Amino acid sequence: MSIADARDRIDDLFDRDVTLVLVVLGAIYLAYILAGVAFGYSLRGQLNSIANLTFFIGVFGMLALALNLHWGYTGLFNIGVVGFMGIGIYVTAIVSKPPVAEGGAAQVGGLGLPLGVGVIAGVLAAGFFGLVVALPTLRLRADYFAIVTVAFSEIVRFTLMSRTFQTFTVPDTIDVGVAGLQLFSFDPAADTIGLGGGGGLILNYPDPLEAFLRLVFLWDPYLGLIDFVRRNIISNNPKPVIDGLAYGLVLFIVVGLFYSLLVRTGQSPFGRVLKAIREDEDVANALGKNTARFKLTGFVLGSALMGLGGILWYASRGSITPPSFRPNITFFIWIALIIGGAGSNTGSFLGGAVFAGVLYEGPRYVKNLVQTVFDFGDAPRNFGEAVAAFGSLDPVPFVVYTLDNISQLRLVIMGVVLIWLMHNRPEGMLGHRKETAASVDLSRPSDDDPAGRPAAADGGETE
Amino acid sequence: MSISETYGRYRRALGEEPLAVVVLLVALWMAWTLATGLMTGGIQVSSLASQVWDGLLRGLIIGLAGIGLSMTYSILNFANFAHGDYLTSGAFAGFATSYLIAGFGESSIGSLLLLGAGTSVTGAVIGVGVTTSPLAVIGGAVVAGAGTIALALAIDRFVYRPIRDESGIVLLITSIGVAFALRYLIQFVFGARTIGTTLAGSVPQVEVVELLNNQLIEYTARETAVIQGTFRVTAHDITLIAVAGGLMLGVHLLLQRTKLGKAMRAMSDNEDLARITGIPTERVVRTTWILGAGLTGVAGYMFVLWKGTLGFNDGWLLLLLVFAAVILGGIGSIYGAIGGGIVIGLTASVSVIWIPASFSRAAAFVVMIVILLFKPEGIFSGRTTA
Repeated sequence: MSIADARDRIDDLFDRDVTLVLVVLGAIYLAYILAGVAFGYSLRGQLNSIANLTFFIGVFGMLALALNLHWGYTGLFNIGVVGFMGIGIYVTAIVSKPPVAEGGAAQVGGLGLPLGVGVIAGVLAAGFFGLVVALPTLRLRADYFAIVTVAFSEIVRFTLMSRTFQTFTVPDTIDVGVAGLQLFSFDPAADTIGLGGGGGLILNYPDPLEAFLRLVFLWDPYLGLIDFVRRNIISNNPKPVIDGLAYGLVLFIVVGLFYSLLVRTGQSPFGRVLKAIREDEDVANALGKNTARFKLTGFVLGSALMGLGGILWYASRGSITPPSFRPNITFFIWIALIIGGAGSNTGSFLGGAVFAGVLYEGPRYVKNLVQTVFDFGDAPRNFGEAVAAFGSLDPVPFVVYTLDNISQLRLVIMGVVLIWLMHNRPEGMLGHRKETAASVDLSRPSDDDPAGRPAAADGGETE
Repeated sequence: MSISETYGRYRRALGEEPLAVVVLLVALWMAWTLATGLMTGGIQVSSLASQVWDGLLRGLIIGLAGIGLSMTYSILNFANFAHGDYLTSGAFAGFATSYLIAGFGESSIGSLLLLGAGTSVTGAVIGVGVTTSPLAVIGGAVVAGAGTIALALAIDRFVYRPIRDESGIVLLITSIGVAFALRYLIQFVFGARTIGTTLAGSVPQVEVVELLNNQLIEYTARETAVIQGTFRVTAHDITLIAVAGGLMLGVHLLLQRTKLGKAMRAMSDNEDLARITGIPTERVVRTTWILGAGLTGVAGYMFVLWKGTLGFNDGWLLLLLVFAAVILGGIGSIYGAIGGGIVIGLTASVSVIWIPASFSRAAAFVVMIVILLFKPEGIFSGRTTA
């Protein structure tokens, strides 16, 4: 096979992936816009709904990509994703919150450093904890490793909740000296510092979007854009809407960066060793690769990306509290990855998008849609009242109760979807395209397709 | 062996196992803190005793639930993350029955079955408790066991059996799906509130403080201030010990006296070989689920009876401790599960001496991680199932 031929194939694959992503995203967005039309949303409502959808597609796509590095590439069964996310955003908050406590005596201050420094610190901290977790435990069996990681994420949550780390008072001056000889002393900006306990932390640092746009010198054009929108499209305070959309756009850019980083990683010699470890660690070891070291690096990189994912998820939320970091989030990300197909980067992002659009946000829209079409009145207050109406052959209260509690039922649906996937399509949407560890083409040319090209001339299958 | 040789070996161990040294130092520090605390009166004997008692009871529940987890782990070869939610299901089924029996006639059947949702009925109002309504407790425990068995068999039939031959990881991921579906189905039906099942303080109790006083005064010439405080034993504590002890003995006899134990051991060693030898593997699997789920359901019921509150998240919160116990004891060993359960329960309760209370469960996880690092086959390894 000539080089040009190979390049042709890669281009072909790339084209199909781009088409696939665009088709899936287009379908999801179209469904949401149509739902918005059905609800009679104003333009503002539509834009808000799209911004919200974009946000969740962005964060779930990002985190599924990071998890793909752990599970899809290296075969590390990490079910403590949310722990790394929590570490990322909490460290960012501590580093970047202004030193003077605001919002009452219960609130603690931070170090008051720029947000960019905080994000870097958060990512590094998540990576560091990835190292701490993985260093002793990487040699464990996959199921033991899973239990350790989920225990770790719960320990993180207990720590965030605990009163022990709630607040510390920082002394006015800190002297650093060796053996009685004072080297230097400095005055830390912070007065109090801590994890905030069960009340969480108020994220009273500058708006992350503003900080980012200022960093790339786009803040003034952005203000101009808002002004333009205010004068021509939405006259009444358009900034929150535009902010939401712009934040979603930033998330998509980061997803793109994640994607290209992971694709490059996967194609590099490093990534090929990771994939070899996934297939058979003993063989990789026998070939002279220090598999422990590769696994460790892969895990730390993935953990750092999860930290960044956590930061981008919660940074614009105003406040963070420990209950946000329950294992449910880990479960969500796993479903997203399994829908998309572990081992495929495109699949991971698509899984995140489908999960966010259909399973995560979808049920709420279905509920709103049904409630717009039918006016049921008040929902029964509990399951008993809902079922009692069956006595008089009236299913309506049960339906209304179901709709009213869709947020709980959503998790039941997700559980059932996960079971169904494991039964019927454990490889997910694109898992069958799991990248091989070898850098050369291993596929055998088939009879009906002598050139060994994928039969994509007729458009191929959409999956 | 000469002294220098021994010394050299320790030096090597120091270099090779830095973590082991850390663990040893932590253990020494803990012993020192405890000893000095007891000497100076910083730690009261009675509060230590009640922590140990609490840990023992908690450990019995963890052990009872752990037997089932350990058996399915070794025979079906996967970590069942839905096990905690089997426990919750058992507790809810059992308490729905107890409410119905204890409160029959006081409220509508529907609201009793929903544990008083939307009404003023609580466990305290209708008097759920082993002394006030023994029949309700017995009925509840039986239904808890039977209901969990039915649930586990149904889930096995429709969820696990079609993918029996897949790898343990596939089954593990599937069980996470089962766990979330069950947990939030329970929340959908019963709501997210924490339900008070028994009235705290109404359960008959014995104060053991005087006993301790007298004994200790004989041994120490210290003032009585050191040993003040109360140490209670309630009727529910005794019920828990009786039920857990009885069931553990029953499982022990069942596995010792029948061929079942042998068949289980054979299956966990090599399933294909077991099938060739003529062991009806599917029947063994079913028996495993029946035993494991029954014990788990009753454990869930006793846990809630003992602690007095019931929430949809209880099983999940206990699950990691159960995993810790099973790994500590060695997967597949029921004695390991019981022993591991007691160790984990004691760790979670007694650790408040050394660390803040909010980290007591974290301490149990750390014990588990340490065991995984140094002795991943568990303390009771090699003595699987019976």
